Amino acid sequence: MGLLSSRGSVVCYRVKGKLPEPVNMAVYEGLKRNIIRNIDNDPADCAVGWTSFETPFSPMFTESSFLFGEYWVFSLRIDKKSIPAKVVAKCCAQEVKKRLEKSGEKTLAKNEKKRIREKVLHDLAMRVPATPNVYDLAWQYETGQLLFFSTQKGANQELETIFFKSFSLPLVRLFPYTLADLECGLSDRERDRLFKLSPTRFTG
Amino acid sequence: MLDVSVAYNRYKFLGCEFLTWLWFLTETGPGSIVDAGGKPVTLVLGNRIVLENHRRESMETITIKGSESELEEGRLALKKGAVVTEMNLNMVCDDKTWTFDIKGESLELSGLKVPDTDGGADGELETVVLEKIASYEKVQAFVRHMYARFIRLRVDGEWDRKTVGLIRKWMLSSGSD
Repeated sequence: MGLLSSRGSVVCYRVKGKLPEPVNMAVYEGLKRNIIRNIDNDPADCAVGWTSFETPFSPMFTESSFLFGEYWVFSLRIDKKSIPAKVVAKCCAQEVKKRLEKSGEKTLAKNEKKRIREKVLHDLAMRVPATPNVYDLAWQYETGQLLFFSTQKGANQELETIFFKSFSLPLVRLFPYTLADLECGLSDRERDRLFKLSPTRFTG
Repeated sequence: MLDVSVAYNRYKFLGCEFLTWLWFLTETGPGSIVDAGGKPVTLVLGNRIVLENHRRESMETITIKGSESELEEGRLALKKGAVVTEMNLNMVCDDKTWTFDIKGESLELSGLKVPDTDGGADGELETVVLEKIASYEKVQAFVRHMYARFIRLRVDGEWDRKTVGLIRKWMLSSGSD
């Protein structure tokens, strides 16, 4: 979901806390540590990591490649392999048939069937290429604002997890309560009132 | 601070009330809609609005797509106690238009179309990216500014004393003139 798309979606976050100095280096190190890894020809079925905004399918960072004016711009990439259940069922059935013919037995033990299924899933995962999804973000360090260009629940959850893992800073999503509490300049008294609010009945 | 998921669910009504208030404002006090810097903003309801009405155990969702005339149905739903959960808005400022859908429960923006950027004379990627971010920030800052205005009103006694009555009056008068 691109920052440069003609139509986009955006979720706002507040980054809490500060990075160690020099901050550019701290970001660079965090990105490098959690760069997306290639899972093609690998049994893993999912990978989550950072990638470069300019070349999302050839992830690479230099100490300045993510600097855009006063923003840090980079992308979250989520690669997933999807293996249709019917393909798994077909391959398992073929493997079971082969084993039965070889052994001359009429049925296979439950554990044996489980092992076949695991092997089938492993072999298929090795052969199926992962589907990449790229989500851009723009982080303004001075103001602590971060714009994430996707409203997908899963992508936002992965972002919050990997962001903390990479930079040791929590992200606070700005929704009605947090936006009111953190960004509207309320006094302690007003915050108390906010906490006690209940829905308005506009009719009768 | 409250646990995030508890806070999200418990106070999502604030976002829905905010959207209802914005609709009210676009029809009764458009002149008072300004951005964070005080510049006038023209805010117009777009072609889609979603309302929800919780009646006893069940919930009714009303989705209205179309032009101004069909908004009458939305106003009717408001009169019956529904709240706005999602709306499409057109924001015009400095002769530039932003179009977006905003969700009440999260205040996230989707289907956001920002004005075309000129891309800078050099066509450099950095220039294009910064222009685009500035455009996204402009609409975010506007929503945040309006929301802050709503929240101050909401935590102040004026909401119950005055604003709710005005919104109720607007709801009841809509479509009857």
